[in-house]
Order: sequence, then structure tokens, then C-alpha cells
Amino acid sequence: MSKNLRFKSSKLVDETYRISFKFNNKTYYGYKGDTLASALLANDVHLVGRSFKYHRPRGIMTAGSEEPNAIIQLHDNTSRTEPNVRATEIEIYEGLVASSQNCWPSVNFDIGGINNILSPILPAGFYYKTFMWPKSFWEKYEYFIRKSAGLGKSPKEADPDIYEHKYIHCDVLIIGAGISGIMAAKMSAKNGLKTLLVDEKSFLGGSTIYDNSEFSKINNQITSSWLEKEINEISKLENLEIKTRTSVAAFHGYNFLLARENLTDHLPINQRENKIRHRLLKIRAKKVISATGAMERPLIFDNNDRPGILLSSAIKKYIDLYGVACGENNILFTNNDTAYETAMSLVQRGIKVNAIIDNREQIDSKLSYEVEKNNIRIFKGYTVVDTYGYKRINGLTIMELSKDGQKVIGKKIKLSCDSLGVSGGWTPAVHLFTQSGGKLKFREDDQVFIPNKYPSDQLSVGSCNGDLGLDEITINTVLSVKKFLNINNTDYKTFEIVTAINKSKRNIWLLPSNKILGKTKSFVDYQNDATAKDIKLALREGFRSIEHVKRYTTTGMGTDQGKLGNMHALGIISETAGTKMGEHGTTTFRPPYTPLTFGTIVGRNVGEFFDIIRRTPIHDWHVANNAKFENVGQWKRAWYYPNKNENMHQAVQRESKAARDCAGILDASTLGKIDIQGTDASEFLNRVYTNAWSKLAIGKCRYGLMLNEDGMVYDDGVTTRLDENHYIMTTTTGGAANVLGKLEDYLQTEWPELDVYLSSVTDHYATISVCGPHSKKIVSKVIPDLDFSDEKFPHMSFKNTKIGQIKCRVMRISFTGEQSYEINIQSNYGKSVWEKCMEAGKDFNITPYGTETMHLLRAEKGFIIVGQDTDATMTPIDLQMNWIVSKKKYDFIGKRSLYRSDTIKDNRKQLVGLLTENPEEVLEEGAQIVADIKKLPIEMLGHVTSSYYSPNLNKSIALGVVKGGKKMLGQKLIIPMENKNINVTVADPVFLDKKGERLNAKL
Amino acid sequence: MFLINCPFCGEREQSEFKAGGEAHIERPKQPTELSDDEWAEFLFMRKNIKGVQFERWNHAHGCRKWFNIARDTSNDQIKAVYKMGEKPPVK
Repeated sequence: MSKNLRFKSSKLVDETYRISFKFNNKTYYGYKGDTLASALLANDVHLVGRSFKYHRPRGIMTAGSEEPNAIIQLHDNTSRTEPNVRATEIEIYEGLVASSQNCWPSVNFDIGGINNILSPILPAGFYYKTFMWPKSFWEKYEYFIRKSAGLGKSPKEADPDIYEHKYIHCDVLIIGAGISGIMAAKMSAKNGLKTLLVDEKSFLGGSTIYDNSEFSKINNQITSSWLEKEINEISKLENLEIKTRTSVAAFHGYNFLLARENLTDHLPINQRENKIRHRLLKIRAKKVISATGAMERPLIFDNNDRPGILLSSAIKKYIDLYGVACGENNILFTNNDTAYETAMSLVQRGIKVNAIIDNREQIDSKLSYEVEKNNIRIFKGYTVVDTYGYKRINGLTIMELSKDGQKVIGKKIKLSCDSLGVSGGWTPAVHLFTQSGGKLKFREDDQVFIPNKYPSDQLSVGSCNGDLGLDEITINTVLSVKKFLNINNTDYKTFEIVTAINKSKRNIWLLPSNKILGKTKSFVDYQNDATAKDIKLALREGFRSIEHVKRYTTTGMGTDQGKLGNMHALGIISETAGTKMGEHGTTTFRPPYTPLTFGTIVGRNVGEFFDIIRRTPIHDWHVANNAKFENVGQWKRAWYYPNKNENMHQAVQRESKAARDCAGILDASTLGKIDIQGTDASEFLNRVYTNAWSKLAIGKCRYGLMLNEDGMVYDDGVTTRLDENHYIMTTTTGGAANVLGKLEDYLQTEWPELDVYLSSVTDHYATISVCGPHSKKIVSKVIPDLDFSDEKFPHMSFKNTKIGQIKCRVMRISFTGEQSYEINIQSNYGKSVWEKCMEAGKDFNITPYGTETMHLLRAEKGFIIVGQDTDATMTPIDLQMNWIVSKKKYDFIGKRSLYRSDTIKDNRKQLVGLLTENPEEVLEEGAQIVADIKKLPIEMLGHVTSSYYSPNLNKSIALGVVKGGKKMLGQKLIIPMENKNINVTVADPVFLDKKGERLNAKL
Repeated sequence: MFLINCPFCGEREQSEFKAGGEAHIERPKQPTELSDDEWAEFLFMRKNIKGVQFERWNHAHGCRKWFNIARDTSNDQIKAVYKMGEKPPVK
């Protein structure tokens, strides 16, 4: 390496600690404190990526989170590889491996670069316009378009890192530890407020920390030294917590913010083992102070995107903070004074500044005189019209601006350079403020949007509030923070500020060129390759709203959300449309401010902690007996119990047959159970169920159907009257919480006069259901003291009893159509009673069955499952369950809706049974049902809701909903499938034991 | 995310609560007396205004109590929290 681009004694870099890293398979060296960007620049690497659409060579443009170009793929390890990482944000560490993305086969030779040559035929909306026709071809284009689009590669394996979430409550949150954030933190913490200060960088002080020139002083001290003392002081304050490498991603209402604290990304790989990588902070702050600073604007001119073109402030930051020169022959191009500071920083290190091109005709500041003293040429009233160099800028041409700034005049002057710093003035970083719902106003003087109306208890200070000069920042920060925090005394009395900057600025959104616009490539959004030409085209085509122009041109839609170019897009729109800037507003900034990894978002909720898992008290037995499980809500329910070599179908057939031929046993503990007590309990049930409850005798059970107020079936289950004013209601497994919520709602809001109390007891009881012709013998053995005779204990009744010393409730109810007993016992005895039943049933071939068999058995009986055979559009009448709807009751939830004009229609979808012509053919659940396949388009009559092969009937059975199905009994219908049409006949939904004789069957 | 001042428990995170739609829609005492249109008015029609809206909330993961809030839908400011059966304290 011949060039010397590294300069000693920089602020951040530790020159005694050398670090090696790999970029595009080549090994480079940097120092501790470097970002990947600064280390690459020190190695004279500017070309780091290709642009999204035209695949133009792109380099590092900024030194912060606003970077649009230098986005790279980090790690080559497949599980940790991460796309779209900004090289300007990554601190280098031993072992870092990164590569360019968005290019193939390499960043130096990228085949997609052909798009740059084709660019005249790739205008805004190209894809929308071109790939629409013919419509059917989209599938063919899509593959190639998707392949050429996209940024980087996602990892193909699970993320091995650890993430966590943490809640933080504080009095004052301060976002940004630049000069105003530091001052605000000191005032807040010293006044006894619990304060949290966060900054996305690894160091405190923002850009003021390297403001070390003789021309910038606070109270007779060099500004950076003054700030360093302040930082020293606040780091000792008790009330203040400081978090660096912590980026606020979202600012929601009520001062609720999300921030990502980056804990290990800067460490050498071997020091990250078992450490938390990122922590997502959920911050609830009583007050929020935004001190997020400002971002420098680029300038919009032809070929303004070449590697080697950086923001002028970035060049200053690289030399002052990292001791890295971005080039040996620099040119600065500006419309304001800040580029002169950069020039001075370079000159002081002996780095050549070839020229400064300034839009302004008059320049009158101490800084500019200082620059002239150093024999740097200043071209006043000039603009850059073109740049040269494909993979790195090597020169540019400038021309004089006309008086009105609309044209270029005079002769072209060509200048050489290897680095160009641009400065278009400053844009306050109001992203988080607007995310929180804050409203902006436009300040004409320097063409910036600044905070206007705060939606919550918050304040913006410093340059994000539009205070761009050191004097304004210091004085206004103290005044506004004092008022905001309601404090009288601070350490800050008076400020003596020395600054050499003059605030004059000549703002031209789109700089004029000697070429026609159509021949230029003046990039507004670097990441998405949107040019000034594209924006003007959008306006010509009739787009007016900034939100529409944004979507049409994709301006501001990259991973950087257009942090650099959005202002220019707005400016060009208003200039072209002849409107005022403020009128258009801005596009909406949405969280996250900078991208978050999925790992950070989900935290510890991965793997077995993804969701809550509920297990029944008998779960371990199911596991030990080879059960397969299915998820029902959060519950793990035994699905089926395969014997050796059995598949699911075989197991279910065996279980179903055993339950009807001898005995089956089911763990029904997951069913929702609600304990209902109070003197008005009966009246309450009358109002919530469709059938009548007042006359239900104590000790009896009844099946009930619950509707929504719109008449649609909501839930069902058996409720038992335990005592005069005491019931226990069962609900579906998935509906338990919602049913309780709904009942509470009515009790509290509509019928507060009712004396009724509800309590969920789902988890308090284990429920074991023993069914089949031998069930009575089995339960008699388990509970020998109880009289199980049909006379004493008939179907739909209940008994309080004991197993040993333990109280339990036994209900004789049936969801299978078989004689069936449900034992409810305190949860922790569930497993032992289950085992007792298994032991007692041994001689009767007692067979444990799971949910699949349960579904099959109930389908044989035509019993519905709410949520499978119903879908919130089914009334009880549609289900052919008129018998359960009381005609006598004056009112119940949903009653009035059952005779609305819509619900009484004949051709509503109604539940029917379906039998296939070929009894071996099992229908697919969800399959469509039609009558006529000749008439196109085919009319869809309904769909199959439940379908099984019944081993007890030796044929295929199904339930389905069909328009006007009630009147179709015996009619032939067709189930059209991919390869064939299946003929079915509409049947009664009760396939087995229509008279219900099995409920009392005796063997 | 809102901070909701439950009238029974005090200030809690929004995640503890469940929204229950527009408030002060009383279930008709005699639904059978109503025409289809009148019943539909109760069943389906909601104001969904921009501005201060009265809505029902339930402290689902807390005391399970229902109560009302007055919320400005344009900026999510909660103007008042009040118990069921009470009149809205703000306009």
C-alpha cells in the first residue's frame, strides 16, 4: 500500500490494538475503535457495493446510521450471516468477515451493471408498466425479477444468538448523547430525576466531541474539551444511567419507546459465547427529551453517487475521530459554511484540499478567510455539473451558476480529485418525533422541517429542534429543558460562545446542469436508485401526493427510509409543481428507525418458549404411552396413541372401534370449566343459552348452545346443576377464555342486577371420560361405593362422590353417543385416577383414544364441533338444531337475530351429512361442494367441514354445509377435486344409532 | 402503547387490557318488539368518529372489570376513565 491515509492521535482509534478482518475475501487491517467503514477507507477501499436497480458502483457515503450505500453482508457463517448491515455502524473486531451484496459475480465485475447502460429504458414504474402484459406472464417474469432484486442473503439456519427483552421505567429519557443530550442529562439527573441517556454510537458527545478547532469555543475552552469535562461529570451522577450502542427504534404514544441495546456485536467472536447479543429495551418514560441531532444533506447533481463522494461532515468525522483520510486530493462542494470546517480539519493534518466549490456568490465568514489563507481555491457561485471515474471518482467539471440559480453559464472547468465531500446543509433528525405523532412545521429561512406540536410529554432540543448553531444549541437547550423539567437551578449560567460559522446558505434542491435532465443521473435516493428525473416523470404522469410519488419512484423506501434524500424529493416536487414546501408535508416515518433483527424482536420467545404450553395433569402418562400430540389453543392434547408400526389412520380406526365395541378412555381435562354461583344463576343461564334452564333439576346435566348477539353459534357444552344456586358450565377447549370474558361482559355491563358470580376452574379439575358398552363396569370398579344403575344414575345426571378420601364429581354425559362417564377430580389426582381406570378396564380392552378418534366418533353421531362445522356464519337453524332453540323464552342472547330477513332465508348454508358413492372414498375437509359442473362459472354450494372413514359403519362419512341443504336429502352432489369429481349423496347428519339406544346399551 | 388508568387497579400497560368497542350502546330490553332495522341499528351500527370517542375496555389480565374510557381517536389521548353505568365526565 503506497498511500498513507491513516493519521495518528485520533479521538477514537487505539493504534496499539491492531485488528485483522476480511472484506470480499481479502484480509485488511484496522484498529480498535474503527468502524468497518473507517477501516476500509484507511485501506483505500471505497467501492463496497452495487446499487439496487442499476448496479452502479457505490461507496461509503456517510459515517452513521443514515448510510444508504455501504450496506454489506456480515459473517459468512450461515447461521449468523446478516444482510443489509451498514458498514458505518459496525465496529470492527478480530475475525470480522464481510462481503458486498447485490452484485454477481463480484463487486468489481457485476453483470447487473448492464442495467446502468439500459437505464434509459428502466424509468420509474418500469416494472409496473412492463410486466403487466400479458397478465399470465407474470409467473414467468417473477422468478428473474425476484432474483435480481432483493438485498443480501438471509441466514438459512436458526439464529444461535441469545436475545432478551427488558422493561425500563424512568422519569426522563434522553435520546442522543450529543452536546444538547449531555446538557439535558446533567440538568435532569442533578435535579433528582431518574434519568436514562441513550446513544446509538459507542461513544458519547455526538459530533461536537470532535469539534476541536480554534474557531469553536465555549467559555474560552475548545468546544470538544468543554464537552469532555461535561461527560466526565455526568458519568459520576447517581441518578443517571447511560447506555451507548443503544439505538431507539420506535417512539410510540404515551412515551413508550423501544430501543435496541447492542451488547456483543463489537466483541471478538470468541468473547461472545453465552452472552446476550441484543437487548430490546421497552422504555416507559414520564418525559422524553429528543436530542437526536441533524443529518447533513447531499447535493443533487449529475453522477453524484460515485465511490469517493461522501458527505462533507463524514470526511471530517473520519479524519477527526478515526484519523482516516478519505482521499489524498479532496474537493468539497457546498452551499453553506460547514464544508469549510472539513477543509480546515484536512488542512491541519496536511491533507490536500484541491478546491471548494460553493453555490453561494457571497461568502463572508471567518472560516472562509482561514481557508483562503491556506491557498485553497474557492469557486464562488459555482456548481458541479458532472463527475468522472467508474469505480472511484477521479475528477469533476464545474460551471458557474446563473444569478437565479436555475441555469449554468460560462465555461466548463475540469478539476481532478480522488474524494469529493458534499454539503447541502442540515436536516434535523425528526424521525422519532414524527413517529410519536408529532407535527412538523417548515422553516423557510433554511428550508428545514422542525418540531411544532408535541403529542406527549416530550421535548426536542439541539439541532433536531432546528437549533443548528453552537450558540443556539447551548442557550436554548438550557432554557427549554429548565422549563420542561420545571427546574430553577442548573450549573449552566452564561455561555460565551465563539463560532466561525456564518449561517448563510443557498439552497437549490436540484442543481442545474448543462445537459437536459433526461441525460443526467442525479440520485435522490441512493439506495433505491431513484433520480430527480424519476421524480419529475412521476409528476408528469399525474402523481401529486408525496406518498404516491414515494411509492411510484420508490424514493425513501429502502432500508434507510431515505434519510438523506427525502428532503430533496420534497423540494423537487414542490419546485416542479410550483407549490410551497410546507404544503406537501413529509412522508410518514415508521418504526423501526434503523432495522432490528428478528432475534431482537422475539427475544426469549423462541423454541419451547415461543408460546405458553398448557399440559393436562395426565400429560406424562400420554407421553409414556407413545401418544402423538396436537395443539389445541395453547393446550397439548393427546391426538392418537399408535401401537408399534401403526400409522395415524390405523391407530384411529382401532381406537374408534374399541370405544364402541368395548371401552375407550379420553383425557378431557382441557375443556373449559366455569363455576357459576348466585341466586340468579338459573336466570343467567336462561339468558345466555338458547334453551331453557329454569326447570333443570339439581343433579342433572344439559347440553347448551350459546350464540352471539348476531344469532351465530359461539360455543357449546354441557352444564350441570350442582345445587340450587350452583352450576358448572363446560365450554369448548379453545373457547374457554372467550366465553368467560363474554359472560363477564354481560354480567357487568348489561345485567348488573343479576346476583351471579363466575370463576374459571378449568385448571382445577382433571376430567377423565370413560365410554363404551363396558364403561359402567369399569367406573363401578374404580368407585365401588357409587350406584351406577341406570335407575339411580341415568344419562344426563351427576353424582358427588369420593374415590378413597378424595371428593370427585361424576357426570354421565356423552360426546360419542356411547354410554359414557366423566370423572372430575382435583387436578393432582388426575393421573392416578386415570391409571386406576386403565387398571380397572384391563379386562375390557379399555383403549385410550385421542382427539382424532373423539372427532370421528362424534361425527358418526352428527354432533358438531364449534369452529370446525361452524364458522361464525351458522345459526342453530342452519345446523338443523331447531330443537335446542326455545320458543317459549322471551329473550336470550342472539334470539332476535334468528328471524332477521337474512337469517330466515331458505338458501343459507346448512349442515348436512354426505355419503360418497364409493364408500371407500374419504373426502377432503374444506373441499368445495357443487351440483352442476357443466354450467360455467360453477356455482359453489358449500364445503366439506368434517370427513372420516368410519370403522363402525365401514364406510366414508362426512359433514358439510350446503346452500339450502336441509331440503336436499337424498340429492346427488359433486365434490370436484384436482383429478376427479367425487359423487356424493346428501344424507341425515346422524349416521349411527339415530335413536340413541347405545347410551343405555347393555352387553 | 397506551397507559390506561383502570378505575379499580390504577395505571397499567395497554397489553393488560382488551378493547370492547363503542360504549353506551344499551342492549334493548325488549328485542322482540324491534323491527329488523331497529335491531340492526343496535347490532351493527357504530359511529367510528374522529375525535373523542367513548369506548368500553376490559382489564382482561387484571381485575377483569369492564369500564369506559373517553379517547380522542385522532391522537389517542385518553381524556377520562369512568366506571360502567356512569355518565361520561367529558364531552
